[in-house]
Amino acid sequence: MSEEPILSVKGISKSFGGLKALMDVSFDVQGGEVFGIIGPNGSGKTTIINCITGFISTQAGHVYFKGKEITGWKPHKIADAGIARTFQIMRPYYSLPAYKNLIIPLWSPRARKTGGWRGGGKHGDRDTVAVDILEEIGFERDSRVPYKLSSTLPTGYQKRLELARCMALRPEIIFCDEVFSGLSMSEIAGMLPLIEKMRDEGITLIMVEHRLRELFRVATRVMALNFGEKITEGEPSLVIEDKRVREAYLGAEGV
Amino acid sequence: MEQMRKERIDRGLKVRTEGLYAISSYREILYLMGPRLLLIVGVIALPFIFELAPYWKRVINIMFVYALLALSFDFLANYVGLVCLGGAFLTGVGGYFSAIYNVYLGFPIYLAIPCATITGAAFCTLCLLPCLPLRGVYFAIVTLMYPLLFTRIIEALNILGGTNGITGLDGFPNQYVEHYIIILLVIGFLFAMRRFVNQDIGLVLRGVKDNDQSVRASGIDVTRMKVLAVFVASLIGCFGGAYMAHLYMWTGISLFALDFSIIPIASVVIGGGGTLIGAVIGSFILVPLSEVLRAFGTFRIVIYCIILTGFIVFKSEGLMIYMQRKYHQFERWVKV
Repeated sequence: MSEEPILSVKGISKSFGGLKALMDVSFDVQGGEVFGIIGPNGSGKTTIINCITGFISTQAGHVYFKGKEITGWKPHKIADAGIARTFQIMRPYYSLPAYKNLIIPLWSPRARKTGGWRGGGKHGDRDTVAVDILEEIGFERDSRVPYKLSSTLPTGYQKRLELARCMALRPEIIFCDEVFSGLSMSEIAGMLPLIEKMRDEGITLIMVEHRLRELFRVATRVMALNFGEKITEGEPSLVIEDKRVREAYLGAEGV
Repeated sequence: MEQMRKERIDRGLKVRTEGLYAISSYREILYLMGPRLLLIVGVIALPFIFELAPYWKRVINIMFVYALLALSFDFLANYVGLVCLGGAFLTGVGGYFSAIYNVYLGFPIYLAIPCATITGAAFCTLCLLPCLPLRGVYFAIVTLMYPLLFTRIIEALNILGGTNGITGLDGFPNQYVEHYIIILLVIGFLFAMRRFVNQDIGLVLRGVKDNDQSVRASGIDVTRMKVLAVFVASLIGCFGGAYMAHLYMWTGISLFALDFSIIPIASVVIGGGGTLIGAVIGSFILVPLSEVLRAFGTFRIVIYCIILTGFIVFKSEGLMIYMQRKYHQFERWVKV
């Protein structure tokens, strides 16, 4: 752990009225890692993503991205800096065909700065680039799927579309908010290689997940939360053995 | 019992015209160009058709102003998700700015109108700026309030001519200029907006309507996009106001009248929201209709309401969407 972490979270706290959603949570993520965040329902997993990506404000604590403080930045500015996120509830642009969904991130200042996607270039045809990205993420180019209205796509494709929307930004960090939830086993089996591919491309992934078995196949490190507090952090195999994690998931008397 | 259902299938001609085959024969070209040419030629011919009815020629001008306002409403409501109840705000601001430029500063008419359009749109956008970062009904309510607010300010402070308004604006040199300025601009704005909403930037605006959080997560400043959209819509509306001011050679608080807010919305409902052209066609129906109904005196509003309700009940999708469906698809009954 000698190198500087790509994302460093120090003492984040957030409460909604009387409910303490996050209490003094700190963690570091190294570049290229797949970092898992687990915890039972209501433990603050999604809240921590919302706090880091600026969708909700934090009451205390600091977030550093590559050594620069990004606490309190607007969501679009954080995305512009290179931190993309998916939403737990999929939110495609329903009135647009799947590939047109990607025009929006491709139009963003970040995508234009980085020169679009490969050959896309500053003045490249965004439609072509969009279909390229979709193909990479598992939409069959020659089928009708990429051209269908996104509201008519099955859940698996909508999840992929969320990932594709992040990929179009060419981010350095992607927050995946429960990308496996609601998917069938075969859909997950198709999704895992995508996650691995992103990791191999050098993108840092931070995954909030309920499906522990799938998560532990890709994650290098895992942090467990319960009632807004960090319980433990470390290797997946060690975390799952941790007594407090088991208590959190199974209840105190279940152990 | 055997159940039947209606099945709709795209016409072969429509499918062909989506690709390169669109220019394969006159039939395909005509299929594509027909409705567009019908509209353009029809609209351009309107003043000649009513050559002998000077009263109706005045109505035509106002009808096109309403068409512009409806276009602006349709764009904001159905492509950006901002419901603007303040068409009157746009016309009023456009009209007063044009009067200021023309009467107080002595700009010639052809400079006053464009200047009023642009500065008016900037002024409207600035006024609406505070409620743009918010989601929900705030935008609608604020746009509804502004015309009332400005009416009261002008009355109370007795500025800009007070209740008498500003008189002595330059008029148009003759009635053909009067007609064709607005007709050509309606056509221009209509086709420009249709193109605009399908450009990449237009898709971003449509994304804001569908899901602004996701646009934010894509690294785009949603408020800035809304500002842009409101500016574009205000340009259209303010031009309408500036044109009207010069048409009547007078600007007054009646340019802030509620009619300019309500009739465009009704036009969009009748014409079919989200089609843009439907908004224009809706006002071609509603404005002459309300003129015809003048013969009924105060009973007019009752008949007007009945007709509007009829449209909403029987053709709630809007005329244009209905006509597009009939044009592009055929229907047949099939067994379930």
